[in-house]
Amino acid sequence: MDDLKPKWMERIAAAETEAALEEIRVAALGKKGEVSLQMRELGKMTPEQRQEAGPALNALKSELTDAIAARKETLAAAALDARLARETIDVTLPARARRQGSIHPVTQVTEEITAIFAALGFAVAEGPQIESDWYNFDALNIPGHHPARAEMDTFYMARAEGDNRPPAVLRTHTSPVQIRSMEAQGAPIRIICPGRVYRADFDQTHTPMFHQVEGLAIDRDISMANLKWVLEEFFTRFFGTEVKTRFRASHFPFTEPSAEVDIQCEWVDGQVRVGQGDDWLEVLGSGMVHPKVLRAAGIDPDEWQGFAFGIGIDRLAMLKYGIPDLRAFFDSDLRWLRHYGFSSLDMPRLQAG
Amino acid sequence: MKFTLSWLKDHLDTQASVAEIADALTDLGLEVEGIENPAERLKDFVIGKVTHAEKHPDADKLKVCKVDLPGGETQIICGAPNARAGITVVVARPGTYVPGIDTTIGVGRIRGIESHGMMCSEREMELSDEHEGIIELPSGEVGQSYPDWLAAHDPAKVDPVIEIAITPNRGDALGVRGIARDLAARGLGTLRPRPQAAFEATFPCPIGVEIAPEALDVAPHFVGRVIRGVKNGPSPQWLQDRLRAIGLRPISFLVDVTNFFTYDRNRPLHVFDAAKVRGGLRVHLAQGGETIEALDERTYTLQPGMVVISDETGPESLAGIMGGEATGVTGETVDVFVESAFWDPVRVAHTGRALKINSDARYRFERGVDPAFTAEGCDLACAMILDHAGGEVSEIVVAGAAPDMSRAYRLDPARVVSLVGMEIPAETQRATLEALGFVMDGDMARVPSWRSDVQGEADLVEEVARIASLTKLKGRPLPVPAGLPAPVLTPMQLRAGTARRSAAALGYNECVTYSFIDRAGAALFGGGDDATRLENPISSDMSHMRPSLLPGLLRAAARNQARGMTDFALFELGDAFAGGEPGEQGSQLAGILVGRTGPKDVHGESRPVDTFDAKADAEALLAAMGAPAKAQILRGGEGWWHPGRHGRVCLGPKKVLATFGELHPAVLGAMDVKGPVVAWVIDPAAIPLPRSTGATRARLAASDLQPVERDFAFVLDRDVAAADVANAAAGADKALIDEVRVFDQFEGGALGEGRKSLAITVRLQPRGATLTEAEIEAVGRKVVEKVEKATGGTLRG
Repeated sequence: MDDLKPKWMERIAAAETEAALEEIRVAALGKKGEVSLQMRELGKMTPEQRQEAGPALNALKSELTDAIAARKETLAAAALDARLARETIDVTLPARARRQGSIHPVTQVTEEITAIFAALGFAVAEGPQIESDWYNFDALNIPGHHPARAEMDTFYMARAEGDNRPPAVLRTHTSPVQIRSMEAQGAPIRIICPGRVYRADFDQTHTPMFHQVEGLAIDRDISMANLKWVLEEFFTRFFGTEVKTRFRASHFPFTEPSAEVDIQCEWVDGQVRVGQGDDWLEVLGSGMVHPKVLRAAGIDPDEWQGFAFGIGIDRLAMLKYGIPDLRAFFDSDLRWLRHYGFSSLDMPRLQAG
Repeated sequence: MKFTLSWLKDHLDTQASVAEIADALTDLGLEVEGIENPAERLKDFVIGKVTHAEKHPDADKLKVCKVDLPGGETQIICGAPNARAGITVVVARPGTYVPGIDTTIGVGRIRGIESHGMMCSEREMELSDEHEGIIELPSGEVGQSYPDWLAAHDPAKVDPVIEIAITPNRGDALGVRGIARDLAARGLGTLRPRPQAAFEATFPCPIGVEIAPEALDVAPHFVGRVIRGVKNGPSPQWLQDRLRAIGLRPISFLVDVTNFFTYDRNRPLHVFDAAKVRGGLRVHLAQGGETIEALDERTYTLQPGMVVISDETGPESLAGIMGGEATGVTGETVDVFVESAFWDPVRVAHTGRALKINSDARYRFERGVDPAFTAEGCDLACAMILDHAGGEVSEIVVAGAAPDMSRAYRLDPARVVSLVGMEIPAETQRATLEALGFVMDGDMARVPSWRSDVQGEADLVEEVARIASLTKLKGRPLPVPAGLPAPVLTPMQLRAGTARRSAAALGYNECVTYSFIDRAGAALFGGGDDATRLENPISSDMSHMRPSLLPGLLRAAARNQARGMTDFALFELGDAFAGGEPGEQGSQLAGILVGRTGPKDVHGESRPVDTFDAKADAEALLAAMGAPAKAQILRGGEGWWHPGRHGRVCLGPKKVLATFGELHPAVLGAMDVKGPVVAWVIDPAAIPLPRSTGATRARLAASDLQPVERDFAFVLDRDVAAADVANAAAGADKALIDEVRVFDQFEGGALGEGRKSLAITVRLQPRGATLTEAEIEAVGRKVVEKVEKATGGTLRG
């Protein structure tokens, strides 16, 4: 019986397939297997012999069973390895195609502006792009003969023959939204008015449509000094670096006093860097809302005062992101949209800067 | 507006540098657009003395000169005929840039002999066209800077020219004196006294003037004098220099005088050749149809109401805009009539615009000239003419009178401080206004006649603020409401933001296209009519307001296809215009899918985009924007869709949330876009806002029992809608049936022409207890019954 163990262990170890292993199991442990037959002999033995041979045979049976199971596992693992080896693919092949969308810089910058002004309590107001000349001009203290009207390169809507109403205009600024908002809401009021505006001008640096955001804050004692603070807070947060502003006296019919506002900048290799250096870049018109404008919008200028300003959104996008050509904003060249666009999840948030 | 430093100093006694003046002007609201400083350009040129000159051994026309310069005697080869020993010259040494020949001088060898510089002519320094020879200076020390010498001996040649932008309110700054007044008020010098005209009139004016009564409100004041026996000709050098410096061409002395006062005092004038005027001059309104040949040698036809000045033979001058050719002065003019008048700015603006004439006079009258200066301006011009061209002057002839525009406004110093946010003492405020010519009477400020723009108290604030300098303004925090900032966006604004970000997440590139498009493109999408037409489009490509965002996106697609892009997705959120009145616009979200789902690929998944791609994206966007899940899909969209391959997502037959599908091939052809193109258009405003404003969700009802699915296939007429089948099936047991999914469809074949098979999966969700086979069977029978009844189809055996 002593030679049984090495014999079968050797055969188990040599088995190369699951079928061969099964054959071995039957030959050793099956009903008529060698070990089983030996166990059947136990009955014929003396109690003393049985005492000795019984446990030995049981141990042998259990050892062989374990060895077969272990061998089986080894064979299965090897078979799996072999299969996986056959299944190898070229992982350098391209991935499945997935379209990558993008957000236009005008949208992105508008949302950036909105986030900053919302924190200062400014709501977002919107209004018609085709406007009456009253909202676009008269209410803003620009009477019909005023040279400023001619200088604005206004687009007019056609009027039918015999229709003698003054033509509707494509708004030249978002100021009409200020008027409509003041009419609807009265004072105090804090709004920004982003949106499309139109001027009949098309060259290297002008497009007949562009985007502007105007701001308006009316309260009991708002001053131009408050305006300067608001703009410096805005520019500093928007550009992510401290930006100084310089106010210069100017004239707009709808504000008095009026100021052009420059931001601090430096030119490096033909690109402008905002918030550093000693140069100044004119970016914005502003002032204290003219009493006539307040009155036109139904607000008593003896009770209320405040500031207004206007700045180009496309211009801000160009300055912040180094986009060279305004005209490309409206061309929808996919190469441009992908290069200058923003991820759908890249939402401007104040806490993220 | 251009002027020179020396011209400014005629009116302003100042020691300030050009840079200081420029900074102050910009800060005052007279923004400097450019400074041209000839001294800056000439700063490297120095004075030398030629000590020796002899003929070049190898060149007949060249001389070898020895020139005394700061570094010692220097050898310079020169070709000028006047180069000779003893003259004082201007030298460009090696390293000096010579603008007239656009060259930087180096050490050179000319015919074998070294030359260490260049002696210059005026033309080489762009000082004049003089190029007969090199400059010979009457004085000057060796080593002295040439621009310094010029400043002392010929200042006009190094007179800096300053150009400023004029805001429409500052007519007074269109005269050099107005600019000087601002600078003096700022403290950059003192305003010199006004020059006075001194002459004696020796005879009554032979030309009478009158203003027709109906013209008096737009032509209130007209004066003139005749000067007999003048000698017209070129202006004195100083006047020519000034006019040239600011970009005007000297014409003749009499004309130059009018130009001088136009710029010096913002006082446009006109001179008539008195010999050519027939009878008196009459200011009146045109009847319409009269013609006049103006000084620009073009003939204009007058419209009723334009103000003209006529003699017996007809119109001779367009009031405030341009004189007439027939009575214009020439070199032969001996007797001249000098006109000075005040015209209504609005009428001048209308006339100028109608006749499309831009003149210095129109520009000034539109922006406001000083109505009280009319006669004085005439007299100053006459005095200058008498001084330089001789002759004798008549008494003044006057029609009408200077309009009384006197007015005063209250200066409220506390209000100024409150508006500007700067502490400006009341005394400073008063002094500022006085320096600008206001007359203070208690707290009332009487407005000077030349400031027609000052029309209220707010204008006083602006004057005080700009002279005080806004550059000095310090920011002061705007009071912000206590606590965290409240949310400011409206539900529709939030929806727009979500829509954009969702579309980008679905792989679309956001575009911003023009709101105006070409008529043909607009017409393809239901627009292009006169109501949305621009009166003055910038080009025919941009003539109509867009009726839809699709044409702009398709034009963008065509441009991208022309650049070799084939498969892409574009979207835009913006307004479309149903009409041309305020309010006739509505927000739209539109997207197009062009070409294939992706480039051809190793996985074999690329395929042409189709209607169901568009439907998937439209549904995803509607869901993101809060549209209810259950909406009907109807046909009957507009004509630019493929008639059989589009759907409208509706809440009821009239409430259309979106349309999706293939675009009509004829439309694509007309827009030059290569198909396939599918699209979707969503109306964000049509999506109802959620009824509940709270954040709480309904409780989740999830059953622990396993759902059961059963499949059914029906044979149907080809035009039975899958949605009808699914809806009928779902209606079989609303409590039990959780979902019905269409999962297979095929047409024709063994089913026969016009028939199709549609397979659905019905998912049953038991609620209380597991379903028995019999219960499932019963629901199945009901499903079949409902579908067959609703669609006329049969269960496929």
